[in-house]
This record gives sequence, structure tokens and C-alpha cells, in this order.
Amino acid sequence: MATTLKINGTSHQVDLPDDVPLLWVLRDEVGLTGTKFGCGVAACGACTVHIDGEAVRSCQVTLSDVWGDVTTIEGVGTPDTMASIQQAWVDHQVAQCGYCQSGQIMQAAALLAENPTPTDIEIDEAMQGNLCRCGTYPRIRTAIHDAAAKLKEA
Amino acid sequence: MARIGKILRRTFLIGSAAIVGGVAFGAYFVNRPAPNPLIPGEGEAALNPFVLIDQNGITLFAPRAEMGQGVKTTWAALIAEELDVDLDQVTVLHGPAAAAYYNSALVGEGLPNKGYDITNFQHNLGEALGVLGKVLSLQVTGGSTSMKDGFERMRHAGASARETLKRAAATRLGVEPADLRTASGYVIAPNGDKIAYTDLAVDAAGLEPVEVPLRDPSEWRYLGQTQPRLDMVEKATGTAEFGVDVRLPGMKFASVRMNPKLGGAMNRFDDSAATSMPGVEKVVDLGTGVAVIANNTWLAIQAVEAIDVDWGDAPYPPETDAIFAKIAEAFDDAPNSTMRDDGDVGTLIEGATEITAEYQAPFLAHATLEPMNATALFTGNALELWCGNQAPTLIQFRVANTANLDTDAVQIHTTYLGGGFGRRGELDFGEIATKVAMAMPGTPVQTTWSREEDMRHDYFRPGAMARMRGAIQDGKAVLIDGKVAAQSCTQQAVQRYTGLPPAGPDKVLVEGFFNQPYAVPNYRMSGHIADLAVPVGFWRSVGNSHNGFFHETFMDEMAHAAGRDPLEFRLELMKTEHAPSAGCLEAVREMSGWTGKTPEGVGRGVAFTYSFGTPVAQVIEVVDEDGTIRVNKAWIACDMGLALDPENVKAQMFGGMMYGLSAACYGEITFAEGEVEQTNFPDYDAMRMHTAPHVEVRVLETNRHMGGAGEPGTPPSMPALGNALFDLTGERARSLPLINQFNLLV
Repeated sequence: MATTLKINGTSHQVDLPDDVPLLWVLRDEVGLTGTKFGCGVAACGACTVHIDGEAVRSCQVTLSDVWGDVTTIEGVGTPDTMASIQQAWVDHQVAQCGYCQSGQIMQAAALLAENPTPTDIEIDEAMQGNLCRCGTYPRIRTAIHDAAAKLKEA
Repeated sequence: MARIGKILRRTFLIGSAAIVGGVAFGAYFVNRPAPNPLIPGEGEAALNPFVLIDQNGITLFAPRAEMGQGVKTTWAALIAEELDVDLDQVTVLHGPAAAAYYNSALVGEGLPNKGYDITNFQHNLGEALGVLGKVLSLQVTGGSTSMKDGFERMRHAGASARETLKRAAATRLGVEPADLRTASGYVIAPNGDKIAYTDLAVDAAGLEPVEVPLRDPSEWRYLGQTQPRLDMVEKATGTAEFGVDVRLPGMKFASVRMNPKLGGAMNRFDDSAATSMPGVEKVVDLGTGVAVIANNTWLAIQAVEAIDVDWGDAPYPPETDAIFAKIAEAFDDAPNSTMRDDGDVGTLIEGATEITAEYQAPFLAHATLEPMNATALFTGNALELWCGNQAPTLIQFRVANTANLDTDAVQIHTTYLGGGFGRRGELDFGEIATKVAMAMPGTPVQTTWSREEDMRHDYFRPGAMARMRGAIQDGKAVLIDGKVAAQSCTQQAVQRYTGLPPAGPDKVLVEGFFNQPYAVPNYRMSGHIADLAVPVGFWRSVGNSHNGFFHETFMDEMAHAAGRDPLEFRLELMKTEHAPSAGCLEAVREMSGWTGKTPEGVGRGVAFTYSFGTPVAQVIEVVDEDGTIRVNKAWIACDMGLALDPENVKAQMFGGMMYGLSAACYGEITFAEGEVEQTNFPDYDAMRMHTAPHVEVRVLETNRHMGGAGEPGTPPSMPALGNALFDLTGERARSLPLINQFNLLV
């Protein structure tokens, strides 16, 4: 039975078993590969997307459990129309290998939506589920503070 | 000696070739049998240039794996510096697997010198030996060599292309080339008129390429300055293509399960449960494992897990303790190498105090965040393979063999790497994907490993042990006699890649052990190779990763036994031996405000490792917060000789340290019943946002030769943390990971 998902503002008909995780629906069925597979057990955060604005690990949400509109990194902004948080990532040259950064940005965007001026401790709490093997954490922290400042100005 | 110098100066030649609508430039060694990259070999259609200009624009080739270290940007900057193009107006591609893209610096690292003490003659000899890298077609990204390798050759390629374009413009304008300038992809006439390089490309293709001296560093615009990374926008928008993101028309998705008793046989399997699962297309018998091809990766993982397999035993002792007992046995055999043997360690000096210690470091997984994967399309007489990899020519050779094809029939497409750390220099993921795709000719198949499969089927950092004996007299170290025992990842890898039997002394086993710049009069360091069949490989900083911990923890123990400040104790031994190394220690002393004293609840440790041509000193501070210990701050000083991109070097130094701290705190691969016990990040964790220290990095440039950046930050981090914990608690860390001994924040 086909399921209808709204992803980045577009409706998609998906004909897959109910228990397929959203991560794999996005990557292998819809072709949105910006959301990454890292662990499959919600331990690394690479697959973070938003459902109705809430940051979730898409490897743990089955197709039948998707309760709202899905936003992925591709829906946040494109190379030509980057969102301010993505621009902050570029300005502070955050990425190294870059594999975790989609998930980091999605997690950070949800944090800023809820808390426009997070402290270091609040950043620690919000971001500690997102693993980066290259160790880009200090630049992630700086980019979040910078994005917060820019959003405040805007 | 003079003759060698002359040959080396004449080593580079630039070639050019006409292409449709433009020109290509390559740089190659003239005095060796490797082909001109611009003349396609027999059966080859492709040029392998570094600069390609046609009406569509300017393309630079950076044939090194971009795994986060920024090589794409800095390699392109080397060419652009001389070519006079802006980095935002060129396209930078990785290019195909090709002998022309050999790594000339890697093999030079194999010379049995300490590195820091080499003469210019040895340095040149190392570069000459580097040619072996080309002869062996070693297109490899590893050993922190990329910048040493590309530094001369890429600037020559850029300079020659620029001057040839100027000559074409001079002919067209009827002026002397010397009257022309170049900037931002244009030749500029004396009257200010501009001609685009793209417009001159066809003319330039008819000219003999012009060789000119390289610009003086004082004229550099890019090198020595931090550049915006070319991959940053892609990586901030989810549009960077990693191996796992390759999507091809009609593609299928597969997953794999190899014997968890590593290297053991597969006796039989029952796939009836898997074949009846919806979406499953095919089960593939890989001989020592199974794969399932399905219509998405998750279904493939579920199905491959559902196969009931009877696995044969592993060819090594099944439990961790027995494996380490076997490693300890290696101490009883004659050493494989004694690369340092100064003075006489056999007799104890009158009046000196002897101290001894034993250390142990665990097996470690690489745990790249992107699990192993590759995508293959096999058509019967040709093979295409897409993957992030650190060794395109090696993987090309291997999968050609797997598919029973000539290497010419195999095309390798190298994507971005979601972490490498040495893991993607292996060939297994490409070979498995090839075998899977061969079961479905004409259909592209992406084979992705589950995290559990990736964690448990690594070529692990070898478990290692050290036995150290030292003597102190009048507050100074007067004797160090060290032995390290571990499997040889070099010998195992050579056998794995080439089938050649292992032989000779293994420098990698003792790097970071025998070659540290301390003036200790009686100093002997030996390596013992353990005869074990656990799969082992190159893990960021390789032998230095355990030897840095052994050597620098022991230095700390000796300093404390001597009643000395551990930083001053090191500095005194280093000052006369290698000034740039001493400069790093002095820098972290100043940066951290090191006094040798810490308040209650705070501990500080220092460590130093010279590796990959770069001395690195680190100070780490830990704090006790109600019984939980947090890594609070870190200071790093390195001496690069020349830092081509300073901010990128800082990022590599910090990243290298974080990789080391992750292992030091939490990393351990153990075995039970022949299988790896760790499966995923919950039991193989790493530093995270809240556990990462605040850091300050200083990059010095006094060393005579350019050092590597990707790995040298890793080795000193582990002993610096262990030494800080000793300062805090009085408990000495003699084995890793530290979480087994200390109540670290998780």
C-alpha cells in the first residue's frame, strides 16, 4: 500500500513496507542522499531530519510512523540559496570530511528554532548526540553562535 | 652527491597535449619509466593531466582522496599559485585512477633515518626513492604526504601552463612574452587588453611547453594563506557526493555479511528465510561470506542478517587475553629491528636509578562515519567502480583481478570520503562490491555495510605492548631501553596487496619509538613482530599511535622519578638534539601558562611526538567535577616547516588530537570466541560536543623541511591525557582506554 509523505514541501507516494525506516525511504526511494546513514541505532545523528520542525533520527522512524511534514538538509537551502545556518557553516569553514554535517546542521537548526540564543551548555546538551569523527566541534559551536546572532539581527 | 642533485633538478618535465578545443598540461619524471601522463598508454583513452583548459573553462586535477583534510583545495592552490587563476573560477576534479598520479613522497618515508636528523642529501635521496611510488603506481593518499608530494610538481605544472599560454598570446599580439602579465585566468597585454586562457587554449596546444623557474615564496598569493575550502558549500547543503550517495539508473542495493571470525571459512548457509523476504532480488555466495541484493539498503541488511550461516573458526586465538599473550611471546624472539642503539644500555651506570614499566594498547577500529561501501557496474567485459578510496590504482588492480579483466577495462570513480583514517586505503570494500555486481551483470549495485559489519570487519590498529627500562641520574635520563611488540601491519598489508612474503625490518612498527629527538646517551629501541593473523592495517598515525603513548608515558614516569618538571625534563634533553622540537615544547609551555603546578581538582599533562616530519607538543588539562573527570582544555604547537594553509593545518592538528583522544578515552576492540565484541558507537564511542576540550593551536615554521599535517596531531594526545590524569589523581595510566581506569565524562 502506498504511503504519502510530504518532504521539503513536495508530496511523494512511497510503495514500501511499513517498517522501512524513513532514512532509507529518503535515500534509496526518494533519492535525497543529503541525509546520511552512520549507525542505524540513533547513536551518531548523521540521519537527523525534521518532522514538523522537530529534530528526529530518521533511522528510528518507520515509514508508517512519520507523523508530519519532513524537512531534510536539501529543504533547508541549496548551494545557491543557503539558509543562514548553512552560510554560518561556510563562513566558519566547519566541515572536514563533511559526512556528519547534514545531521549537525539539522540538529542545530532545530535548536535555534526552539532557543534562538543558546548558551554553550545548551549547545552541548542539544548537540551531543551528533558524532563527528573529524573533531569539528569547536567550529560547529562557533557557527551556531554566529547563526544565532545573525538570526537575531534579521 | 652533486650528480644526484643535478638529476633531481632535472627531474620534472612538463608535457602538453592538444585536446578537443583546448590544451592539457601534465608534469612527470623524465628519468624514470613511468609514462608521460598526456600520452595515453596502450588501450588507454584518457589523458591524465593536472591542468586542462578548453572553451568550457579551466579544470585542475587533484588526484588525492578528499577525506576531510582539505587536500582538494590546497592541491588546487599549488597549481593556481603559478597558473594565475582564482580558485573560484576553476573546476577541481579528482580524476581517474592513473599511474601518472603516483605519490612520490610515500616511499621516501621508508628510509631508515629518524626523520628529524636527516641531511639535505638524505632528504634528496628520499625524494629520489619517492620515484618508486610512481614506478609502483602508488596513487595513494596516506602517510601525511600529499603536500610534500605535490609541492614542487604542481607548481611546475601551473607555471609551465602559464608561460605557454603567454607565448601563445605573444604570437597572436606580436609582442614579447616578457611584456605580458597574467591574472585571474587572463593574459594581459601592455595596453591592458585581456585574452582569456580559454581563448588561447587551442593556440597553446601547438606549442612546446615552456619551463620557467618557480616564483619566490614572497610573491605567493594563495600558499601560506588560508583558503576557503572548495568543498564547503557542498558539505553544508548535503550535495557533496560520498560513495554511499552514488545513484545510477536502475541501481540495486546490497549488503554483506562476512565471517565474524575474521579470516575463517564459511562452511554452509541456509538462505531460505532471506529469499522469501519482499524486495529481495538475489543472495550472493561470496565464498567467505554472503550478500543480498534488494531494492533498498535496509531490506538488504535485514535479509542478509536473516541468513543462517555456519562459520568456520578464526586463525587466531579466540579471546583477547590469549591474543595479548601471543603478542607478549614476541618479546622472547630476536627483535625484527633495532633502529636506535646509542651508547651501551647493557650496563647500568654507577649511581643511576633504574625504573621499568610495561604498557599495553588495544586493537582499534577506524570507525569512519560513512560505513564501508562501493558501487559497481559489471558488464562482462568492463567494470566501473565508484567509491571513496585512498588508493585508486591499487583498488583498480585488485578489482580487475577479481573480475578477471585487464586494468584498462576498469574505471575507478573516486568520490568524497566520509572519513578515511587509513581504512579506505584497503581494498576489501571494492572487491566485495565487485563480486556482488558480478552476480547481476549490466545492473549497477551499491553494496553498503551495516555499521556492525564495518566495526567488526576492520583492518584494526594492532594491539601492542611495550617493556621499558630507563635510568636517571642527577635529574636526567641517562638510559632508555625500550621494546615494543605488535603485529606488523606493513608486512601484513604488503602480503595482502601484492602476495609477496613479508621480509626485512619494519620501520612503521617502531616509528614514534626509535626516532624521538631526545639526547639520551644510552638509548636502544627495538621492535618485535608478533606472529598473529588478526587483520591489522594503517590507523591514523600507524605505529606512532601506540608508540607515542608508550614513549611519552615513560618519559613522564622518568621525569617524576627524577623529581623534575616533566616539560623541563623533556626540553633539556631536546634542546641540543632538535631545536624545532624544543620550540614546540616551549610554545605549549607559554600558551598554557605551564608552571608545573596545578590547583586542587585540576591536572595537566604534556607529551611530544615527532612523526611524519612534524614535531608536535600538546598540553592537556583535566578537571575533576564531583568525581567525574572532564577533558577541559588543550594546547597544541606544531612545526610544519612550511604551512601551506595555516587554518587547515590547525583543523588537522585539532582533528588528529580528537581522533587520538577518542581512542585514548573510549576505544577498544576486544575478541570473544574469535569475534569482535564491539558492534556500534554505543560500545565504541568517541569524543562528542560536550566532552571535547577547548583548544588553542599554534603553527610554527622553523623546521627545515615541510612536514605532514593529517596524522601528527594524533600520537601525543594519548600520553598527554594519561599524564594529566596522573597529575590529577596520582594514578598512572599504563594501558588504554582510560575509561577502564578513570571515571571520565561520557
